[in-house]
Amino acid sequence: MTEESRGFLERERFRELFDRLLVRGYQTIAPVVRDGTIVYAEVSGPEDLPRGLRDLQTPGSYRLEAEESGRFFAWANGPQALKPLLFAPREILWETRRESDGALSFSSSSPSPRPLAVIGIRACDLSALALSDRHFGKGPFPDPGYALRRRDLFLVAVDCSHLADTCFCVSTGDGPEAQSGFDLALGELDSGFLVRSGSEKGRELLRELSLPPPESSMEEALKIQGDRARSSQTRRLPSRNLQNALASRPDHPHWNNLAARCLSCGNCTSVCPTCFCFSEREEPALDGCSSLHLREWDSCFTAGHSYIHPAPLRGETRFRYRQWLTHKLDYWHDQYGRSGCVGCGRCISWCPVGIDFTEDLPLLLGEADGH
Amino acid sequence: MDTNPHIPRAAIIRDRIQEAPTVFTLRLEPEGDTSVPFRFTPGQFNMVGVMGLGEVPLSIVSDPSDLDFFDHTVRIVGRVTGAMARMGPGDRVSIRGPFGNGWPMDATRGRDIVLVSGGLGCAPLVSVVNYVVRRREDFGALTVLHGVKNPRDLFWKERFSRLNGIGGTRVFLTSDTGGSGWEGAVGPVTNLIENISVTKKTTAKICGPEPMMIATVGKLLDQGLAEEDLWVSLERNMQCAAGFCGHCQLGEMFVCRSGPVFRYSEIKNRLGIRGL
Ligand SMILES: Cc1cc2nc3c(=O)[nH]c(=O)nc-3n(C[C@H](O)[C@H](O)[C@H](O)COP(=O)(O)OP(=O)(O)OC[C@H]3O[C@@H](n4cnc5c(N)ncnc54)[C@H](O)[C@@H]3O)c2cc1C
Ligand code: SF4
Ligand code: SF4
Repeated sequence: MTEESRGFLERERFRELFDRLLVRGYQTIAPVVRDGTIVYAEVSGPEDLPRGLRDLQTPGSYRLEAEESGRFFAWANGPQALKPLLFAPREILWETRRESDGALSFSSSSPSPRPLAVIGIRACDLSALALSDRHFGKGPFPDPGYALRRRDLFLVAVDCSHLADTCFCVSTGDGPEAQSGFDLALGELDSGFLVRSGSEKGRELLRELSLPPPESSMEEALKIQGDRARSSQTRRLPSRNLQNALASRPDHPHWNNLAARCLSCGNCTSVCPTCFCFSEREEPALDGCSSLHLREWDSCFTAGHSYIHPAPLRGETRFRYRQWLTHKLDYWHDQYGRSGCVGCGRCISWCPVGIDFTEDLPLLLGEADGH
Repeated sequence: MDTNPHIPRAAIIRDRIQEAPTVFTLRLEPEGDTSVPFRFTPGQFNMVGVMGLGEVPLSIVSDPSDLDFFDHTVRIVGRVTGAMARMGPGDRVSIRGPFGNGWPMDATRGRDIVLVSGGLGCAPLVSVVNYVVRRREDFGALTVLHGVKNPRDLFWKERFSRLNGIGGTRVFLTSDTGGSGWEGAVGPVTNLIENISVTKKTTAKICGPEPMMIATVGKLLDQGLAEEDLWVSLERNMQCAAGFCGHCQLGEMFVCRSGPVFRYSEIKNRLGIRGL
């Protein structure tokens, strides 16, 4: 663990962070407003950020509205996590060519990404990143596309001060403050940012910025802000460790109540920062001489996901919802040592019918009644 | 897994054998960089691809000591297997693999082997029959209990009758429907279990539809076989076969990596639950 350095970055000097990253050759990605939501996109400076906005999130709804403080990060996560930046929604794995003599050759299609700096990553998404690293980085042959994009990331985290109503990161142990996995982390006050380093790369950049040390009153103000955020969070998981708590209840009647509401649309799996399923398919060229083999995000809510001839193993929504939640909160412990949920609340806000599993879990864990 | 799972290599079809109306065997020879020899154990599988259509998981049924080729026995069920059926000598497929763990052949050396297969699921066990027959003295008695739905689904009929009775090998066949000319038993494959006597030396390897495997396991346990001596091979949708795509998950397991062969005691809590 590298030693942490700290400094204070006045609001007026925020641009210098962007400039430094540019000098170092990074393409900078940060939150911007698109179609009424906050997403990550390429930016040139702080003016592109969603300043003076706040989000209102409830089960099944997300809305932005004006906010007075003039802060850059007075909002909680939008639908997009780091996931699409590393695990591409659509990726060519290889191309097959057929020569005139019928011989086949294969060329892998490795992306050559520019080093990316991402500003505005929240604590929950850093935890999700650590989990994705475990998944895509495992074994003697880690996922090549993920590994390439992951290699040159510079991560600027932001501590959450304005939580959404749907967040429950405190109960999962992942937020609201960034704990690890970042190069720099920002704590935002009305006057500017308290910056701390989390890696050697971050320390160097902080040194280049040559910031004054933060005053103790600022540290104090941030601590109060963090405590307030923490205690404002009302949603929670019944336990951080539900290992075997759901797998042991496959026949609980409450799965049927969930299935009666769920549309099997897969929105929850798209927005979830830890969902990793994908499908592969071929895209043949019309001349028949070559074909692309590509992969695309898939969801355990589709029929194809569990298809083995002649029918899907999970033909009913009940089985798909059960698979999703049981995997996320239970099997993940066996697979990667902790729950697969980081409490970001996205699956609650973006579910078209507003399913909120933090409300359903006590029912699923309770004694089965209402048979 | 020693070979890169993220890029296929080519294999040329050297031979094609029609085993039954909807079952055929392809003998394949790897092409390209042969400095990495194709090594596998029975029960492992390849992702076999048809250019422009896609890949499917197929068990390797030939013997691991044949280093120049390997065989896949394929049942035509849909898009990719249907296209493969129309291929012949000189045509090429793509290969990624081998994947999965395979049957515990070394660990069960010297034991009496009981193989139970049902429905369409006998391909992973074909490799075990081949393996044991080639190394007859390394194993005790070999008993094959094989069930098909319809007599016309049976392939390897002559092979089975040649094996029967040689060197302590016994083959019992059954068909759900029976029919004229059918010489085997009629009924589910579990009925054949009464033909074996379980001893401390018995190891059973089972492959087939899940309900059939569960019924078989039940009967073998009743006969006194220990859970540790029972092995099953599972089938799941597989896209990457390397533990990333998520499709083959059964509970906490990625079947492509920690399976497809499981010791029954490891997997019993996850079997027989609808939609798992
Ligand atoms: C570990 C393993 C070993 C196998 N070994 C053999 C074998 O030796 N011989 C053999 O004939 N069959 C074997 N199978 C089954 C074989 O993979 C399927 O029959 C095949 O995928 C069907 O493909 P299709 O495109 O022709 O069928 P379609 O019905 O058109 O299926 C569409 C797609 O669904 C998936 N799919 C459908 N059925 C299965 C299935 N049973 N298992 C996995 N994916 C499926 C495939 O991606 C397939 O391309 C094995 C399956 C597994 C998991
Ligand atoms: S399950 Fe829901 S709350 Fe948990 S990490 Fe995924 S999207 Fe966020
Ligand atoms: S839980 Fe909601 S978001 Fe997820 S599949 Fe069901 S309806 Fe769609």
